[in-house]
Amino acid sequence: MKPAPFGYHRARDVDGATRLLAELGDDAKVIAGGQSLVAMMNFRLARPGHLVDIAGLRELDGMHRDAAGALHIGALTTHHTVESDPEGVLGHEFAVLREAMRWIGHLPIRTRGTIGGSIAHADATAEWCLLALVLRAEFVARGPRGERRVAAGDFFLGYYTSVLDPDELLVEVVFPRPAPHAALTEFAERQGDFALVSAAVDLDVTDGSVRGGRVALGGVAASVVRVPEAEAVLARGGTFADCAQAASEAVEPPSDASGSAHYRKQLVRTLVLRACEEAMSR
Amino acid sequence: MTHPVTHPVTHPADTKGQLTGRSVPRREDPRLLTGRGRFVDDIALPGMLHAQFVRSTVAHGELASVDLTAVREVPGVVAAFTAADLDLTDITAELGRPRTEFVPTAMPVLARDRVRYVGEPVAIVVARDAYAAEDGLEAAKVRYTTLPPVTSEAEALAPGAPRVHEEAARNTLVDVSLFATEGIDEVFDAADCVVRVESRTGRQNALPLETRGAVAHWDDREEQLVLNTCTQVPHQVRTVASRCLRLDERAVRVVVPDMGGGFGQKCVVGREEIAAAAAALRLRRPVKWIEDRKDALSASFLAREQHYDVRAAFDADGHILGLDADVVCDMGAYSCYPFTAGIEPLMASAEMPGVYKVPAYRVRGRAVTTNKAPTAPYRGVSRPQYVMVMERLFERAARELGLDAVEIRRRNVITEFPYTGVNNITYDPGSYLESLDLCERLVKDEGWYEKRAAAAAEGRYLGIGYSCFSERTGYGSTAFAQRKMQVVPGFDISEVRMDTSGALTVTSGTMSHGQSHETTLAQIAADELGLELRKVKLHQGDTDRITYGYGTFASRSVTIGGSAVRLAAAKLGEKLCRIAAALWECDPGEVELTRGGVRRADGSVLTYEELADVAYLRAHLLPRDIEPGLSATATFDVFNDGTFSNATHAVVVELHQGTGQVEILRYVCVEDCGVAINPQVVEGQCRGGIAQGIAGALFEQVTYDAQGEPSATSFMDYKVPTAHEIPDVLIHHLETPCTFNETGAKGAGEGGTIGAPAAVLNAVNDALRPTGIELDHTPITPETVHRALNLESSNLEPSI
Repeated sequence: MKPAPFGYHRARDVDGATRLLAELGDDAKVIAGGQSLVAMMNFRLARPGHLVDIAGLRELDGMHRDAAGALHIGALTTHHTVESDPEGVLGHEFAVLREAMRWIGHLPIRTRGTIGGSIAHADATAEWCLLALVLRAEFVARGPRGERRVAAGDFFLGYYTSVLDPDELLVEVVFPRPAPHAALTEFAERQGDFALVSAAVDLDVTDGSVRGGRVALGGVAASVVRVPEAEAVLARGGTFADCAQAASEAVEPPSDASGSAHYRKQLVRTLVLRACEEAMSR
Repeated sequence: MTHPVTHPVTHPADTKGQLTGRSVPRREDPRLLTGRGRFVDDIALPGMLHAQFVRSTVAHGELASVDLTAVREVPGVVAAFTAADLDLTDITAELGRPRTEFVPTAMPVLARDRVRYVGEPVAIVVARDAYAAEDGLEAAKVRYTTLPPVTSEAEALAPGAPRVHEEAARNTLVDVSLFATEGIDEVFDAADCVVRVESRTGRQNALPLETRGAVAHWDDREEQLVLNTCTQVPHQVRTVASRCLRLDERAVRVVVPDMGGGFGQKCVVGREEIAAAAAALRLRRPVKWIEDRKDALSASFLAREQHYDVRAAFDADGHILGLDADVVCDMGAYSCYPFTAGIEPLMASAEMPGVYKVPAYRVRGRAVTTNKAPTAPYRGVSRPQYVMVMERLFERAARELGLDAVEIRRRNVITEFPYTGVNNITYDPGSYLESLDLCERLVKDEGWYEKRAAAAAEGRYLGIGYSCFSERTGYGSTAFAQRKMQVVPGFDISEVRMDTSGALTVTSGTMSHGQSHETTLAQIAADELGLELRKVKLHQGDTDRITYGYGTFASRSVTIGGSAVRLAAAKLGEKLCRIAAALWECDPGEVELTRGGVRRADGSVLTYEELADVAYLRAHLLPRDIEPGLSATATFDVFNDGTFSNATHAVVVELHQGTGQVEILRYVCVEDCGVAINPQVVEGQCRGGIAQGIAGALFEQVTYDAQGEPSATSFMDYKVPTAHEIPDVLIHHLETPCTFNETGAKGAGEGGTIGAPAAVLNAVNDALRPTGIELDHTPITPETVHRALNLESSNLEPSI
């Protein structure tokens, strides 16, 4: 469990990082907190020829709200920073982010792992991928050809793949809309495990009534997914139980050693219901 | 026959019990908790090289060729050796039983012509660092002629199955029928109630946090191979290493530094430490091998995979009349040294009746060999499984007969001691009934029965489960000889030596791998001589420094090792008294030990420093019949069936219908390990053991695909529970002392692990009662519970 030989490069700024990535080509990988990549390298499942270390780019570390109320989180912000929210940036509108952090691994992982690393890794059960999708976040990526914004819904392509180019760096995640009635929940055999199934909802609540909302799931497909069938139930004023049932019926999850497709579908129903009730109670 | 209790020194009233029974702070903690412990991986020697192993990628096959040419060209690689290069003697464990009952299997240090599991070591690569060593592994070219793998007990026993070892027909290494009460079939035919439990338990890894490892080097001056390794049995490793390497035994010195657990996985001799030693001899350079976690999970020694098919007969009042058991243990590819593949089936066969008065008993115990990593004893050895089966039988019978689950046990537990069972074992006094009654009362006093009723009214699934069991400990030479082991552990030796400062150095042949022997054995010695604890230092784990010993396993350390320590200290005390009497020119009967010295009837005292001063520095003052120096050696062994710790555990669980999650709401343990030398240490043993028992019941399983490829090779898939999953445990002590050893202590190392699976499983089944479904296999996964709760019984594992 020692990695294969690799070259190590430390970036001094974002432009330097993208330049390095362009120079080194496909054989290079960005390393930030290293919480997924290092484990894969130790198993020699990942064998990048070069690592570009961006951990020193302090300009990518931090959270703030803009004049319009949107939340900006720098790619190098750790899960623990979000969890502890030292400057009180999240408030009630984004409490879901703070509370969802407890599902990510364990404290030592959260103190090193970053939001940008998690999203770029694009694991189908990653909490940040799910949160970004359900809250309709936008990702800011910078590369040799400049900066572009990609909606979360357009970002994830499948197992550990996204639309990011090899020479692009994810620099910021923007949550444009407050989400006072959102929640994430999941189930795994042990606290801190990758979720067997995870569910997140963001409800549109007016005058105490649900007018619609978004439902997203992890662990049921090659990437995190929205579930239009369940969202339709919310939009037409159906019950949370009906929404959960619709989500369960809509997905075709995989069967593997961790759980059968059937079991995962049952978990979807349980977890969507839980998430809806939790979101509503905020 | 019991061992004669000899106290050469009258125990002085003012020293007795000063430390025994007190939770004095652990002597080990300051260094371990501040990172100043010294583990194998902390050892760094000048010029040290790092080894890793080329391991088989197929579960079963002939080794067609092993080509290491390219390995030797990898930058940083210093050497690479195959079995042919090293030419080492195989490791073979024997039982003194006829070939119809036991087939020995030679385990080569490196695979020679055949591989029998994925991960079997095929070659050793030695490099300047651990990274280069792994680079070297990738360059090895090994060609296999694959054979069909045998990956389960059922496959192993199937007619026409491929043979894992040519010499073992039907892949059976052990087939022993130890007991068959005459007329047992008639007992079953006539019984009011017969219940059956068929149970399979998952393969587990004992999982010491510190993986296995070794640092070996040749010492020219001592003309010795020094093998630093984390083992529970240093002297047995020395024996095997010297035989494999063809060295005189004195030319091997095994040194054990701090250890981060063992749990049985390190009480057998591994292949890798021998190969690392052989490489160090060849290269005349220090060689370090540290097992990485992937290898530890897939290619180390495993345990626990068993299949029980057991019937029990009861009368209408719930008295057990007979027990009829068939036990098959999947021991993997090889017998472990020194225990053999007999370890699990023989334990289960000998001890299954447990705490109950079983009048008729028949048992067949088998060990089968499969193409999976071999097995070693693991904390509890078969007892977690057979206790689980026994406790399921009693709860099932209670249901059939309409009896309360605790009441049926009450009617059957042994209450009069000594009791000689149907299994020819004599049980020393215990508190079986008392622990059961108290445990039930603690659960009732906390209101769990009312909470269960309230939950049921709300449609929630809350269950209460018990397990009542004993744990045979203090196995002496006699008990192990009955198993027909050819290496018969049993006795242990202690040497004590006092220096001129009055400080005491104690050695013990036991081997702490986390059990705080430095504290508890020092407490025993300090009490015997009336010393402050800080004046006593224990040494273990160095075959040059320790006379001899069988290390630590089977909860033997305080029962046997501690008794040897006390006898040795008592012998030294006797000598100190004789010296004092000589100096006072009085009769030895007029003096006695006191705190820190020897006291005369008139109240005058000679301190240990003063006596040591004479014994070493002014020996001319000693009479001719007293030798200079202050040291004593004593041996202790047990010549009866050992001593039985006991406990009752109770567990309250809630099953969550939406997810199948098993949530443990309460855990109560009432245990009796006789005299608890250090209660805090005993509680630590209970809690850790219970955590491992819960792990087996609900979480951990070593899994393989159909080709024998291990599929749980990281902590993502091998689900060792964490602090989040393990509840706090209420522990209550009872004390029924052992009457025939020197400490009054019974073993406390394994009980937690033994009791937990049964109690958890019973609680889950109690909660499942409204569904009519019962689960008898472990681990119980949330998915299985979810199916049961949602009445999808057609998908369940077979269950009665």
